[in-house]
Amino acid sequence: MSRNRLSGPLDDVAGDAGHVTHPPRVGFFTDTSVCIGCKACEVACKEWNSVPEDGLDLLGMSFDNTGMLGANSWRHVAFVEQSRPTGRQDPGFDGLPTGPSGIPDTADAVEPRLREAPRGGSELGTSPLPPGGPEPQELGMPGFDRPGDLAGADTRTDFRWLMASDVCKHCTHAGCLDVCPTGALFRTEFGTVVVQQDICNGCGYCVSGCPYGVIDRREHDGRANKCTLCYDRIGDGLEPACAKACPTDSIQFGELDELRERADRRLAQLHDLGVGEARLYGRDPDDGVGGDGAFFLLLDEPEVYGLPPDPQVPTRYAPSMWRRAGAAAAAFALAGIAAFVGGRR
Amino acid sequence: MIIGSNMAEAHPVGFQWVMEAKGHGARVIHVDPRFTRTSAVADTYVPIRAGSDIAFLGGVIHHVLDNDLDFREYVAAYTNASFLVGEDFADTEDLDGLFSGYDPATGTYSRDSWYYAGTRPPGEPDGSRAKAFSEPLQAGASGAGIDGAADAERDPTLQHPRCVYQILKRHFARYTPEMVERVCGVPQEQFLDLCRAWTANSNRERTTALVYSVGWTQHSVGAQYIRTGAILQLLLGNVGRPGGGVFALRGHASIQGSTDIPTLFNLLPGYLAMPDVEHTDLDAWIADQRSAGHKGYGYDVDAYLVSLLKEYFGDAATPENGFGFDWLPRIDGDHGTYRTVMDMIDGKVSGYFVLGQNPAVGSAHGKLQRLGLANLDWLVVRDLNEIETATFWKDSPEIETGEIVPERCRTEVFLMPAASHVEKEGTFTQTQRMLQWRTKAVEPTGDRRSELWFTHHLGRLVRERLADSTEPRDVPVQRLAWDYATEGEGPWAEPSADDVLRRINGYDLSTGELLPGYLGLKADGSTSCGCWIYSGVYADGVNQAARRTPHTEQGPYDAEWGWTWPMNRRVLYNRASADPEGRPWSERKKLVWWDADAGEWTGHDVPDFPARIPPGHVAPQGSTGPEALCGDDPFIMQPDGKAWLFAPHGLLDGPLPTHYEPHESPVRNPLYGQQGNPTRKVYGRPDNPSNPSPPESGGQMFPYVLTAARLTEHHTAGGMSRQLPYLAELQPALFVEVSPELARERGLAHLGDAHVVTSRTAVQARVVVTDRLAPLRIEGRVIHQVWLPYHFGHTGLVSGDVVNDLFGVVEDSNVFIQESKVTTCDVRPGPRPRGQELLALMEQVRAAAGITVETGTRISTSHGVPHTEESP
Repeated sequence: MSRNRLSGPLDDVAGDAGHVTHPPRVGFFTDTSVCIGCKACEVACKEWNSVPEDGLDLLGMSFDNTGMLGANSWRHVAFVEQSRPTGRQDPGFDGLPTGPSGIPDTADAVEPRLREAPRGGSELGTSPLPPGGPEPQELGMPGFDRPGDLAGADTRTDFRWLMASDVCKHCTHAGCLDVCPTGALFRTEFGTVVVQQDICNGCGYCVSGCPYGVIDRREHDGRANKCTLCYDRIGDGLEPACAKACPTDSIQFGELDELRERADRRLAQLHDLGVGEARLYGRDPDDGVGGDGAFFLLLDEPEVYGLPPDPQVPTRYAPSMWRRAGAAAAAFALAGIAAFVGGRR
Repeated sequence: MIIGSNMAEAHPVGFQWVMEAKGHGARVIHVDPRFTRTSAVADTYVPIRAGSDIAFLGGVIHHVLDNDLDFREYVAAYTNASFLVGEDFADTEDLDGLFSGYDPATGTYSRDSWYYAGTRPPGEPDGSRAKAFSEPLQAGASGAGIDGAADAERDPTLQHPRCVYQILKRHFARYTPEMVERVCGVPQEQFLDLCRAWTANSNRERTTALVYSVGWTQHSVGAQYIRTGAILQLLLGNVGRPGGGVFALRGHASIQGSTDIPTLFNLLPGYLAMPDVEHTDLDAWIADQRSAGHKGYGYDVDAYLVSLLKEYFGDAATPENGFGFDWLPRIDGDHGTYRTVMDMIDGKVSGYFVLGQNPAVGSAHGKLQRLGLANLDWLVVRDLNEIETATFWKDSPEIETGEIVPERCRTEVFLMPAASHVEKEGTFTQTQRMLQWRTKAVEPTGDRRSELWFTHHLGRLVRERLADSTEPRDVPVQRLAWDYATEGEGPWAEPSADDVLRRINGYDLSTGELLPGYLGLKADGSTSCGCWIYSGVYADGVNQAARRTPHTEQGPYDAEWGWTWPMNRRVLYNRASADPEGRPWSERKKLVWWDADAGEWTGHDVPDFPARIPPGHVAPQGSTGPEALCGDDPFIMQPDGKAWLFAPHGLLDGPLPTHYEPHESPVRNPLYGQQGNPTRKVYGRPDNPSNPSPPESGGQMFPYVLTAARLTEHHTAGGMSRQLPYLAELQPALFVEVSPELARERGLAHLGDAHVVTSRTAVQARVVVTDRLAPLRIEGRVIHQVWLPYHFGHTGLVSGDVVNDLFGVVEDSNVFIQESKVTTCDVRPGPRPRGQELLALMEQVRAAAGITVETGTRISTSHGVPHTEESP
C-alpha cells in the first residue's frame, strides 16, 4: 500500500502517520438504537476534560439544549421527534382523538431563531426574535421529517423519538489534521486525532477542513477544541469518559476492527427484528473520509441527525488538483516551448 | 411491564438491565401518560390517563380471571384465594363503591366484616385510630390482626361464592376492556394486546417483571395501586420467582435505606411500629403486634425490639425496666410531614431540622411549606448548597406577594454545609435492598461534615447539656448508649461508620461476637441489634456490604457483590419458585428447591424459608411463629403464610383495590357512585384549597389533567443540579409540555410563555409543544394532559417557578403519601401576573370555581359529610 495517501481505505493509520510500533486503532461504535438520551456522555466528557459550560438556553429542539458539537460541547445528544414508527415498535397513538402533528409548528418556531443566532452551538435558537423582524419563510432545519411525510395528515398516529450521541469521527483521512499548519493536530499511536492547545495558533483552517463541522474555536482564546477520544485515559488503559458513563452501552469503545464486526452483527440483528431502516454510518472504509474511527448505527438518513450524507475530506482532491495544476503548468510549458521552437522555424 | 415509572429517565443506571433484557429478546411495554425516553426504547407504548391505573390493572385482572389464565397451582397453594371471607362482607359492587363497615363521620372503615370466616377480628369500633397513626405503614400485613388464621375456612376448589377467588372475580367483573377504554382512554385493541403479552409470558417456563415508581405511589389511592399490581403478579405466578416480581424503583441513592432505618414518625428500624400512647409497657406493645396462631417471622418482634433497645440504651436496658421501653417516644396521632407543616403555620412547632431535603421546592404545596418555615423559631438546614429551604425568607415567591416580609420573618436559619457522598464513608441501600459500602474518596473541604459527624456530635452536646438534668423527660437522652467509636483525635473526631454498621448488625452480648443474622436475636436482652433486617451485614466479622467479587467470578445471582437484606436473599419469598412438593416449576426458572437427601432447601439464591421445614410439613396445632409455618407457606412474613389477594387486614381503604378518581379529577367516576377514595386524608383549611371535582361544580375552571415528574438532567428539587453548570445547561428552563391539540385549543406557541393555574397558585413556564403528548377520549370527552418537571426553584444557575406550588395536600390514608402525581389545572398563554396581582388572580379563580374550605372534603360522595379542620 502506498504511504501518505489522502483518501480511500487505509489499514494502518497510525503507521501511516509515522508510528513505527503502535497499539491497534481504537474508536467508538455508537449504537443509537439503545440510546436513552440521558446525556451522561455529555456530562462525563465535560467533567473529565474540563470543558466549559456552553450556554444556559432552552433551544426548543425536543430535549436537546446543547444544539451541536462545538469547542465547548464534545459530545452532543440529538433528540429527533418524528411521525413514523421504528420497526415493529407500537407508538400507541392509534385510536386516540389526535389532530395533525405539531412537528411542523415547532420547527417553524425554532427555525427563525436559528437564523438569528450569531453563531452555532448553544446559542442556537435562544436569541429573541427582533421586534418587527422577518417572519419565518421557509423550513430549513430542524424539520425532522422527510418532505411529504406529513402532507395532508389530519390525525397523527405514528411517532418515534430518536436519540443519538454525536462526537468527533476521528476520520481515517482527517481534514482538520491535513490542513493544520502548526502541527497542533496530530495522529496518535491509537489512530485517533488530537489537537494540542499549546501549539494551536488559532488560524481556524481546521474548522473549515472538517467535513462534519466538529472542530471549533473557543471564543475567548480562538484555539481549536474537540474530542480527544480521551487520549489521556486510553493511554492508561481506561475507556473514554463518555463510554464509561453510558449506562446502556450505546457508546462502545474498543479496537476498531472488533467494533466493526460487532456493528455488523447488531445491524443484522436489527434487520432480523424488522428494523429495516437501521444502517451504519461511517463504517465504510471506502467512503469519502476513508471510514470513521467513531461510527454509528442510525435509524434514519444521516441528515435527520444533522450528519452529512456523504462526507468528503477536502484534501482528497489535493492530489488531483495538483495533478491538474501540474498538467496545466506542463501544457503551458510545452506550449511555450512549442511557440519558441515553432518561432524559430 | 413498566407502569407508573419513567425508568429510563429517572433510573437510567438501573435501566441498563432493561436494555440488556431487551437485547436478549424481552418485550418491554411502557404505560404512561407521556411518551417518555422510556417509551422511546420500549417495544410498545400505551398512553393512559394519570390517576386511572387501578381501572387499567383491574382490567388486566378481569382478563386473567375471565379467561382462566391464572397460574392455578401457584394461586391455589400460595395465595389466600381459597380462604373464605365472613358472611358480613359486602363489596364495592354491592355498595356502589364502598365496602362494608364504612363510617361517614370519621371517613374510615370498621374492618370487622373483612375477616376470613372462622377467624376473629380485633374488634376495632372504627379505623379512626389506625388512620391517625397510618397503622398500615406501621404494621402492614405482617403484623397482627387475624386471630386464628390457621382455622380459616377454605375451599381448595376455589368455587365457594365467598372464597377470595370468587370475590375477586365479582369485584373486577365490570373492569372490562370497554370500561378500561372509558376510564383510562386506552383503546380496547391496544389494551388486549397488552393483556395477551402479559399472560402469555407468565407461566411455568416464563415470568414477567412489573416495575413501578412514584407514578404509582403518590396518589390518594397509592397503596392500592401497588396492591393491584401485586394481585396481578400473584395470579400470574410472578412473585418469588426469577424474572418476576413487583419492583418498586426508589429515587435517591439510599431512599430504601431511609425507610429501612427510618426517619418516619411512626416507624422504628426494620419496620417495627413506633409505640403509641396506649402501649403502657413492652408487653402491651408485643401483644399488639401478635395474634393467636400468628405464623412466621413477624411473630418474633419481641427479639427484634428488645435487641434494638439494647443497642439504643446498652447496659441501662434491663429486664427489670422493660429494656428501656418507656424511654421510647410515644405517638398520639398524625405527626406526618404535612401535618407538621400545618402545625408550624398554626404555631405549634418551634424548631425544624431539614437534612438533605428541599421541601420549599420538593414537597407538595410549596407555598404551605414556605409559610410553615417562616413561622418557626429556628430552622437547621444541612445541604451541599444554599437551597430554597434556607433562603425562603429573602427570595421566595411570597416576598413578591408580601406574604413573607424578610424584616419580620422571625425564623432563625442555621445553614450547615454537608459533605457529599464522595467525602464520607458508609453504605447506600439501593432499590433492590442491597447495601453497598462506599469508601471516602476525598476529604470534605471547609466546614463540610458528614451526617454521621453532625448527628453524633449534636447528640453528644445535647447529652452534655442535659447530664445534670433531673427532668424525667431528659432521662431517655441521658440513658442512650451514645458511645460510637471515632476515628482520629480530639472531641470533634469523625465517628466510625464501620462501628455503626457493626452495631446495626448486632452483637451476642454474652460473647461479644458479631451476630450471623436475625435468627440469632433474643428477647432476653442477651443480644443487641440496630436493625433486625440488616443483621448479617457484618456476619463473620466481615463487612459483607463491601464485597466486590466481579460477576465473572461468581454465580448468576452475584451473591458476593454487596449484601442484600434479609440474609443476602436476592429474591424475596423465593420458596414460591418451587412447587408445593419443593421442585422447581420448570428447569428454566429454577431458583431454590428442596434437597431431600440433605433434608434442606437449597438453590442459586439463599432460600427465604426455614431451611429444614420440608415441603409437605404440617405445622402442629397451636404453634406460633416460624414453627407454625407449613411446608407450603412461602410468604413467611404474613400471619397466615400466604400471599394476600384479598387483604383482611393491613389496609384502611379496602381489602381489594377499587378504582377511585383522584381527589382532583375532571370526570365523574364511571364505575361507582363513590367518586374518590372514601378514606383519603383531607386537610380542609383556607390555606389548602382543593379544585372541585364532580359531582361538585366548578371543576370546569380546571379542565386539564396535570402531572409532574423528573428529568434525567436534574435531581429532585434541584439542589444538587441547578447549581452545577454541566447539568443546568442541559435543561436550563422550566417548561410545560403540551400536545399540539391543546396548543391549538389554548393558543399556546412553542417556546412562548404560558402559566398553569390551579386553586393554589399559577406557575409560569416556557411552552414545549410535542407530539409525545396526546389527548385521550374519556367518557366520550376529549381530555388533555399536561406535564411539567418539578426541579425548578429560585436559587441556582437556572431558576423557575416551583411546580409543587400547584399541588394541594391530600393523602392516602394508609401511608400518608401525598397525591402529587395528578391534579387538574388550566393552561393560559402568556406570563403569569406578579406580586399582589397574582393573589388577586387566585382570588378571582377560586371565586369563579366556587371554592370554599369544604370543597373536596366530602370524601364520601353519598353521605356528603365535609371533613374540614373545624369539623373533622
